[in-house]
Amino acid sequence: MTTFFAILFYVAAAVFVLGLAFKILDFARTPAPLSIPTTPAPTTRSGVAFRMFREVVFFESLFKGNLWIWIFAAAFHFGLALVVVRHLRYFIEPVWFWVAFAQPFGMYAGFAMVAGLGGLWARRFLVERIRYISTPSDHLMLALLLLIGLTGLGMKFLMHTDIVAVKAFFLGLLRFDIQPLPEHPGLYVHLLLVAALMIIFPFSKLLHAPGIFFSPSRNQADNPRETRHLASWAAKLEKN
Amino acid sequence: MAAPDAKAKTEAPAFRDFPTVPTILAGATENVRSYVANEKIQEAIGFPGKLADNWQETHDKAIGRFGELLEKYRSLKVYMDACVHCGSCTDKCHYFIGTNDPKNMPVARQELMRSVYRRYFTPAGKMFPSLVGARDLTKEVLDEWFTYYWQCSECRRCSVFCPYGIDTAEITMAGREILDYVGYGQKYSNEIIGKVHKIGNNLGLPGPALEDTLNGLEEDVKDDTGVDVRYPLDVQGAEVLLVTPSADFFAEPHIESLIGYGKVFHAAGISWTLSSKASEAGNFGMFIGNYDQLRKIAMRVREAALELGVKRIVVGECGHAWRVAYAFWNTLTGIGAGANDPFAVELQKQLDPNYKQPSHICEVTWDLIQQGRLKFDKSANDSRIITFHDSCNVARASRMGDYPGGQFDIPRNIIKAVANNYFEMAVDTTREKTFCCGGGGGLLTDELIDIRVKGALPRMEALKHVVDDHGVNFMATICAICKAQFTKVLPYYGFNMRLVGGVHQLVSTAIKLGNEQ
Ligand code: HEM
Ligand code: SF4
Ligand code: SF4
Repeated sequence: MTTFFAILFYVAAAVFVLGLAFKILDFARTPAPLSIPTTPAPTTRSGVAFRMFREVVFFESLFKGNLWIWIFAAAFHFGLALVVVRHLRYFIEPVWFWVAFAQPFGMYAGFAMVAGLGGLWARRFLVERIRYISTPSDHLMLALLLLIGLTGLGMKFLMHTDIVAVKAFFLGLLRFDIQPLPEHPGLYVHLLLVAALMIIFPFSKLLHAPGIFFSPSRNQADNPRETRHLASWAAKLEKN
Repeated sequence: MAAPDAKAKTEAPAFRDFPTVPTILAGATENVRSYVANEKIQEAIGFPGKLADNWQETHDKAIGRFGELLEKYRSLKVYMDACVHCGSCTDKCHYFIGTNDPKNMPVARQELMRSVYRRYFTPAGKMFPSLVGARDLTKEVLDEWFTYYWQCSECRRCSVFCPYGIDTAEITMAGREILDYVGYGQKYSNEIIGKVHKIGNNLGLPGPALEDTLNGLEEDVKDDTGVDVRYPLDVQGAEVLLVTPSADFFAEPHIESLIGYGKVFHAAGISWTLSSKASEAGNFGMFIGNYDQLRKIAMRVREAALELGVKRIVVGECGHAWRVAYAFWNTLTGIGAGANDPFAVELQKQLDPNYKQPSHICEVTWDLIQQGRLKFDKSANDSRIITFHDSCNVARASRMGDYPGGQFDIPRNIIKAVANNYFEMAVDTTREKTFCCGGGGGLLTDELIDIRVKGALPRMEALKHVVDDHGVNFMATICAICKAQFTKVLPYYGFNMRLVGGVHQLVSTAIKLGNEQ
């Protein structure tokens, strides 16, 4: 099992990193020929950075759009973010002070994440419009994340596992020195699903995470009268 | 004139007591379809006349073009990938609110194309199509694109509320571009584009007729005011070139605003001219998402500006035209500032850098008001109780003045400077959250009257409130399409069609031309 998980995580990490890098490069090299920020929009680059910050951290547009989705989305994403921070301790030694500091919050965050996911999933059944637009993959994605969260919480509160050994396993992976993984069915499921999530990431709607930074309606400054935007393919039209 | 396949007479939906979220009525507007452009119309602007006889050929062409657009437009590429089906946009489209057709929910409209994207351009859709909602491109899918991409007014309201700013308008434009590319164009828009190239404006008003109209206008204004206000055409060396939607030349209430522009220039002593070559500010190239047409139509303005030697370019009251002028002209034609390439510099060194290029007529008027160069008799507008309808393309795709949101304040400031009675409509229906008039984006055609009427519902509800509460009898707006659409649709909701008018119509009523007492 240890070998299986070791190989799985190498593969998953490779797919995740390469897949995401490919997608990000693809977004970055595709030109945005016209100035199309959704206005009113900031007129300067620093203004755009601030708008983006508000979108990424506070989900500003979603807040304007739908309060229920925003509440569940915030619970899930902030929960997830803290949980990820909390998990950093499995990969670093010594543990950075801010990661250590976040540990207690990370615990509650797990519940927030699961609750948020539950709310989002419930909407997919209860709200007619959202039921209409949901595809099977939307449900599976939520199921996947929910199971990751539940198995994680399960190991924290119900069936403990030897986290010192888990840490040794992951530190070992980083140094290409495989250490035994504790035998624990809950842990197996948890890790299997996490690897699946990493593999799916670059091929799914999870691309919203890098995508938001490349969205022209959000990342362009509103200055078309002052600067000339010209994509290379559009510039060629002026040559003839 | 009703659409041939509309079963019943178009009727306005009932006002809702509360703005409740609509329920879903699948297929509610699947039969409301634009007329398809004939071969002559298509070929006149360089598109194939009709679909290929062999489906496979159309299929390959459409997918090929889709692939090219994904390489050319980051918006399309990112928007295809990023949507999480969160649902924030689902109740934001006026066409969904008015028709209950779920395919008019912005995300569902996008999904018509995204499902095809997934099938042909993503590994997940190639391997597990039904899992991720991917589907083959069939004739039925293409028909569905034609129906529902011509039920979107490209108003961008959905993009305001999307956490990633996904702008359905971009996807609608791509859809229409692919449809044109395979010979499946919309009659209304493509016919108009043909007219712009052949005659110079969307309404097909030739130069001599334009000259007559303007002469007639000068006489009317003289009769009315006793002052010789000029409406000049093709004047070499004028300071300002005014480019305005051709509806301003003869449609009601549009012409009242044209009269107003002339009075502003007269009162401020600014020499100006219209151009017979660029006698149209509108640019339907944007509606059909075709960059070449967008550029070609915009280029007429550059040429006219160079020929006439003007120092400033000013745009009249038109929403999408202002978007094209404000956001795209610098890119397309070099009308703007800040360029360092010879093509754009040729024009930019002619234009006066002390003014924004191009300027909106409202920016011009507001600047003059602030400088104290215009005088008004506000009481002349006292019979009017006014509200203001923000037009989508001005509100969400452009700006006026020096700060973000100036496009909301400047027209309102002008109204308040020329009239005494002003009331806002509900805040969730104005400024960047404004609702489309229901007729924008190439939908202002008779066969679409059904969705035009239904799509106007949210705006009509907001209007009803200020009419009931404050006795509003004038809804000012700065868009030729809004004006035409409301004139047509207001009666369906029990309002007088004359309730709509231009901001410069109000200016025109109150402005002092210097001959008083
Ligand atoms: C830049 C970072 C990110 C931002 C700004 C962001 C933002 C959002 C927003 C605004 C939504 C829509 C609201 C909702 O349905 O929850 C959303 C949905 C979602 N996000 Fe993220 N996200 C980010 C990163 C991630 C990551 C790393 C994951 C997963 C590992 C993730 C998983 C999801 C999922 C599964 C949904 C869909 C929820 C549903 O089905 O309703 N997000 N995200
Ligand atoms: S752009 Fe406007 S008309 Fe089109 S889907 Fe979005 S809200 Fe509806
Ligand atoms: S708001 Fe944006 S991400 Fe959410 S469903 Fe609509 S288009 Fe998709």
